[in-house]
Amino acid sequence: MKIEILGTGCAKCKALFENVKKALDESGKSAEVVKVEDIPSIMKYGVMSTPALVIDGQVKFSGKLVSVGEIMGML
Amino acid sequence: MLMEPAMLKSFADTIAFTLVGLIPGSRSGEALDFFIYDTLKIFLLLTTIIFVVAVIRSSFPPEKTKRLLSRKKEYVGNVLAALLGIVTPFCSCSAVPLFIGFVESGVPLGVTFSFLISSPMVNEVALIMLWGLFGWKIALIYIGTGLLVAIVAGIVIGKLKMEKYVQDYVWEMQVGSAEIKVMTFREKLDYAREYTLGLLKKIWPYVVVGVGLGAFIHGYVPADFLARWAGRDNVFAVPVAVALGVPLYSNAAGVIPIVHALMEKGMAIGTVLAFMMAVTALSLPEAIILSNVLKKPLLVTFFGIVATAIVIVGYLFNAIL
Repeated sequence: MKIEILGTGCAKCKALFENVKKALDESGKSAEVVKVEDIPSIMKYGVMSTPALVIDGQVKFSGKLVSVGEIMGML
Repeated sequence: MLMEPAMLKSFADTIAFTLVGLIPGSRSGEALDFFIYDTLKIFLLLTTIIFVVAVIRSSFPPEKTKRLLSRKKEYVGNVLAALLGIVTPFCSCSAVPLFIGFVESGVPLGVTFSFLISSPMVNEVALIMLWGLFGWKIALIYIGTGLLVAIVAGIVIGKLKMEKYVQDYVWEMQVGSAEIKVMTFREKLDYAREYTLGLLKKIWPYVVVGVGLGAFIHGYVPADFLARWAGRDNVFAVPVAVALGVPLYSNAAGVIPIVHALMEKGMAIGTVLAFMMAVTALSLPEAIILSNVLKKPLLVTFFGIVATAIVIVGYLFNAIL
């Protein structure tokens, strides 16, 4: 599984990255977690508000800091 | 109003005069009373209205706004963009993907700017603070003139045909189309709850400090203290207020209570409005973020036109009110 966090380095993007790590720890699952910070890559997903959460190439959420619980539900 | 102001007033009176034991009518007593009353009122308003606004906003993701605007011509497009700016959630940290998404999907440049101007300027926090402290008339005047500034400035930028001053890579960008998940009502409420808590967490210190300074000015600064410098007769008051507003970006929550107290001391209403618009609409950090997508001439034009429009609003209201 590949999890991407899209965002240009704002505070919420960092918080989302931490939440993803926590969710992986708590669920005991493993995944490749990547921060995507360059604009062209973010735009490829058509995301217009950051942070956004992409799992296996699919945009799950954008413009929202998703909680640990919600992320665990999507893993 | 959402609650009984008299109840809040008597609560504030009880704390300031009975519990703390200050004397009604004394400077310190009035300042503390004013502080408690205003803080309670503002937080009640903020919590309820931000929540309602967040529920409405969850129905207007930027992707939807973009689709609504993509086939629009100028004028109609500018008006619609300014209106959608009120309900579409916007954070200056996503200004770049938002700008690219708009321009790439064929939203005209001037229409995009109407959105970019209205979205931060006509925001719920500024409106709640204005309503709570200045009353609904001033809040409505602020919404109306704010929308007008966004519409006119966007039309002017559109007329100037400045497309060549958008960074070249923007036009070559490949934009995917994300499928927007439609939220259920339950999810909307969850979103609104988190949004409200997050926003309150961010702005509460500014509100407390702002109301505190306002209470101090209210209690200790002599009436008409500012009439000479910031009254309607000083032609420099409006441009100076606009210039002072630029570095105070995103602190509408803290600035409005202070300005409210300053108005009591003689600052003219047009100057007050111009100052608040400059605080919300003209921001240095946003300019730096936007320089990623705008070349200098367009960035300077954008700021210049918005600043000019705000100064005109200031003079206009100083003249008619």
